[in-house]
Amino acid sequence: MSTPSAADLKSLRRKGRVRPRGLLDLLVRTFRSSPFVAALPFRELLKVGNRPTCAIALVLALGLSSSHAEGPNLGKPINQADIAAWDISILPDGTGLPPGSGNAAEGAKIYAEKCSACHGENGKGGTNGALVGGGPLDRIEAVKTVANFWGYPTTVFDFIRRAMPWPQPRSLSNEEVYALVAYIFAQNKLIGENDTMNAQTLPKVKMPNRDGFIIRFPDHI
Amino acid sequence: MTRTRRRPIGPPDPVAGNGLIDRRALLGRGALFAGALGTGLGSASAAAEPLADDQWTLEPGSVVPAYQMPSRFEKNVVRTLSNPKGEPRTSHARTPHHLLAGSITPNGLHFTIVHAGVPDIEPDQHRLVIHGLVRRPLVFTLETIERYPMTSRVTFLECGGNSAPMFSKEPIQASVQAIHGLVSCAEWTGVRLSTLLEEAGVEPTAKWMIAEGADAPALSRSVPLKKALDDAMIAVYQNGERLMPGNGYPMRLLLPGYEGNMNVKYLRRLKLTEQPAMSYYETRTYSPILPNGKAYRFFFVQEVKSFITHPSFGQMLAEPGFYEISGIAYSGTGRISKVMVSADGGRSWAQAALQTPVLSKAFTRFRMPWHWNGGPAILQSRAWDEAGNVQPTRAQIVAERGETKTVPNVLGFPSQHYNGITSWSIEGNGEVKHVYA
Repeated sequence: MSTPSAADLKSLRRKGRVRPRGLLDLLVRTFRSSPFVAALPFRELLKVGNRPTCAIALVLALGLSSSHAEGPNLGKPINQADIAAWDISILPDGTGLPPGSGNAAEGAKIYAEKCSACHGENGKGGTNGALVGGGPLDRIEAVKTVANFWGYPTTVFDFIRRAMPWPQPRSLSNEEVYALVAYIFAQNKLIGENDTMNAQTLPKVKMPNRDGFIIRFPDHI
Repeated sequence: MTRTRRRPIGPPDPVAGNGLIDRRALLGRGALFAGALGTGLGSASAAAEPLADDQWTLEPGSVVPAYQMPSRFEKNVVRTLSNPKGEPRTSHARTPHHLLAGSITPNGLHFTIVHAGVPDIEPDQHRLVIHGLVRRPLVFTLETIERYPMTSRVTFLECGGNSAPMFSKEPIQASVQAIHGLVSCAEWTGVRLSTLLEEAGVEPTAKWMIAEGADAPALSRSVPLKKALDDAMIAVYQNGERLMPGNGYPMRLLLPGYEGNMNVKYLRRLKLTEQPAMSYYETRTYSPILPNGKAYRFFFVQEVKSFITHPSFGQMLAEPGFYEISGIAYSGTGRISKVMVSADGGRSWAQAALQTPVLSKAFTRFRMPWHWNGGPAILQSRAWDEAGNVQPTRAQIVAERGETKTVPNVLGFPSQHYNGITSWSIEGNGEVKHVYA
């Protein structure tokens, strides 16, 4: 077994790339759990610089110092292109909306095929919530709908794309999602029957309850 | 009963009305007090039967299993399921607080909510990516996460919709499990999130962190960066073993004291942003409607709260005599500093004993000795936290947050974030009912 120099070890330790193995590993584990280790003057031992006598102390110091070095740095760098398939976040200003477009007529067909089983014909509700209509918010238990409650149009796109349809989430194309959003918005008279939804038009849709919210704990933000 | 009676029949050292007893008297009086117990607190039962060996002591027991389960006689100590057939909707499993003691929820009984089933994640394939407004986007595996310095903390997790039946205009006759079963407490072990964020290098413009799970709905919540850098953790172990699948296996975000839904399970992505995502769960589901038609957004904090688990609805007091009232208190803003208990519907109160250690943002078990005289009693608990927050009465909650116009389904969520007082009424026959008092 070759003995690394103090400088080598220090350098490796900074980079967080050293993981003691084999006998050294065993020594580290043994000594880390030993009560007298904490009292050992590692810094003093390191200063001596005498390789043969300091090797074990160096390894021990390495094991002990892992939590207050610069950090383990074990995350692998990844570039934006390689994150793209997961990066489905959409912000209320429209950031993150993908290319593509759709309208209510296209959406109606997709809706009938993939959504109506749970949400009922024409979005009137079924085993799951209605997507069209909504009463006044005149009681705390009022049913929250897109039309009477949701504050941002982007949330509708985001939720459909990430979570719907229930049996096959993230199976819809971006065009299909735009078309479904257009269909739901048109049915709720939030946009015109022939309006097209895309990355530019969608964030501009004015939701009726946009200003209906109070931040509960502003000091936590 | 031949001992000399030195005390009158009845509870010694009352500390509040209707039979609440000074705990120090119970713990410290020795022989003298034992006499009082015999005459005053104990039941006048007949002598015990003669003892004989039972069958199980006369033969060897069963083979030791690799992973042990509770005794078969405890088969009723289970979670209640809102969606046992897995229909296309959310599933809830509620903790049976009335059948548990102490302050740690066993893993099999920790509450679970999933919005599209429990994913079957292969731990070796799971990835966590940190990106957005960071200098170095990074990907972590479970193996690399586990190589970081670990930390453990005991903390409760509570669904923002826990206790929602308390918003009903009339008290719903349901157990503490049905009403308050969407809160549990465990010891979580993992890596401090700040460590990972520092390595990724947070840009100064970042204000929010969008957390996303690897479950079917890719559940997504926006978390203030302030919280992420404070006491947030990537949890990998739950009460010493790997996370339960229903609680986020193989890793979850843990935000001590914050609404359960924000503690994103199956955590696969953290994106730092300037603005919140205004996701479905933050701007719809967990935004409770107020009586004036407005709604709270970004409630986040699970505020100071307590409820009595013993005795509670569904239980039966066998006979007048001694009982220990006990329950759970917790606060999302720190340690519990005090719990008061009443046996007369809030007319008088006595301070309960708190089981130590009292940990920040964790369940604290409280206990209060009580002598039930067989008459009507209304049991309540009220908690204070170290930040000075006081658990509100139900009337105070209703004044600010409203109540339903019709009686809701006990499994429904007419509103969220109820932290008011719960009242259990002891009827003359020993039955425990739910009342508003």
